[in-house]
Amino acid sequence: MTIKEIQNEIVEEFSLFEDWKQRYEYIIELGKSIELINPNYKTDSNLIKGCQSKLWLHAELSREKIIYTADSEGIITKGIAAILIRAFSNQAPLDIINSDVKFIDEIGLKEHLSPTRANGLISMIRQLKYYALAFSKNE
Amino acid sequence: MSFDINKIRDEFPILKRKVNGYPFVYLDNAATSQKPKAVIDSIVNYYSNYNSNIHRGIHTVSQEATDAYENARHIIQTHFNIKHSHEIIFTSGTTHSINLVANGFENLLNHEDEILISGLEHHSNIVPWQMMCQKNKAQIKVIPMNENGELNLSIFEKLLSNKTKLVFVTHISNALGTINPIKEIIQKAHEIGAVVLVDGAQACSHFKTDLQELNADFYTTSAHKLCGPTGIGMLYGKEEWLKKMPPYQGGGEMIANVTFEKTTYAELPHKFEAGTPNIVGAIGFGEAINYLNKIGFDNIKNHESNLLKYATKKLKMIPNIKIYGDYIDKTSVISFNIGEIHSYDIGAILDKFGIAVRTGQHCAQPIMDYFKISGTVRVSFSFYNTIEEIDYLHKSLLRAVSMLS
Repeated sequence: MTIKEIQNEIVEEFSLFEDWKQRYEYIIELGKSIELINPNYKTDSNLIKGCQSKLWLHAELSREKIIYTADSEGIITKGIAAILIRAFSNQAPLDIINSDVKFIDEIGLKEHLSPTRANGLISMIRQLKYYALAFSKNE
Repeated sequence: MSFDINKIRDEFPILKRKVNGYPFVYLDNAATSQKPKAVIDSIVNYYSNYNSNIHRGIHTVSQEATDAYENARHIIQTHFNIKHSHEIIFTSGTTHSINLVANGFENLLNHEDEILISGLEHHSNIVPWQMMCQKNKAQIKVIPMNENGELNLSIFEKLLSNKTKLVFVTHISNALGTINPIKEIIQKAHEIGAVVLVDGAQACSHFKTDLQELNADFYTTSAHKLCGPTGIGMLYGKEEWLKKMPPYQGGGEMIANVTFEKTTYAELPHKFEAGTPNIVGAIGFGEAINYLNKIGFDNIKNHESNLLKYATKKLKMIPNIKIYGDYIDKTSVISFNIGEIHSYDIGAILDKFGIAVRTGQHCAQPIMDYFKISGTVRVSFSFYNTIEEIDYLHKSLLRAVSMLS
């Protein structure tokens, strides 16, 4: 599936929820099922800045696709990281660079992507893209 | 004046709004207070009717603005029972005040001198001294705290020596709400001739302080914590110390005479108020103090202590809650964690329920390091909060916990 197709799928899933509580409960569920980062990669250099609950992100290239893994102390942050990873992991670097995150708005999580929000998700997206950029140059 | 909570809440326009579809419950008062109509009106009135630059003007409106600005200083003087009005310097707030004093002491201290800072300090209380010590090589010593969030006074006494020149202590801890025994600290520091600066930012909204009785050499507060505007605060300094300190910033107003060879500085307080000051801020600050005195600090204290008692009892019913600094002598602040749930998650869910709280380290990393935690949820009450709001907080916390576990 392309990034866009995955994002549309996520938007469709979220459209079933009637209120923010159901949305958040789902995010929390996703946070529990996230593919966790190898503990060896939970280093200070993989820490995303600007996050009240620590958030780590790791990326590696496997068969020309980037595999992202993450972890966070906070379950909501972890849940949103899980959504981002689902949308971007296992994709080609160039496709990641050329994609956007408008779907976050559509699933009612816009406030989490405000630059002034102390959750570091904006920084996480930036970091996802930086990795894609770095891997695309190495190809 | 009798204490009518509904009438008081009516005076705060913001308390009528909704957040995320729920009535707004503001429990982040230790970060900043909400503003009553009287303060908002004083700001609008200034800009609508007598906005003008002060002190130098000969025209009527300038004189009105000057009178209002100086009247604010007078209100502050009366409120804190300060001996001379020129011992009050308008600053942009507590951080600015502390920097002003640290800068003033840069040349008054040397590498043999020590300053003592309490282990409860807010970041802004630590950094200016570190910067000063980089320049004059004086040493910083820390007065440690115990598990109740109280300062260890016996260690404080041991740290005091003839090398100690300055003691910096917060009246009330930002993160935990602990009220420090500053009177005793000031007395002990004075016995060995050290100067004491007290950060009153968290204290002044909760009780009235008589600065002559307290006998601190410096005392500072920010107006926005006590129903006043942001960007304005005061530094009180004893005349003898303010005279010894060099000016902090150069500019207009702080000058008596300038030639290219030499500048003579203006008298206090203008020596430390360079440039056009925050005129409207000072006016709003004075109005806020008048407002709080109209409500009555006895009423405020009484209501806040009822809220604190009720909230502590109610929150303790939540399974696995840990309250930090659960100590009898504190203001209406409760800092806590629930089980293994991250404070940010609780804050995010409470926000969705319309409740504003603070999460994280509260600019007090040393305290968080002491408890070996990455942060807490902090709720802080003001006189305009209600028992019903605490019930709603309790209910919302239970829902948050069930969602997050």
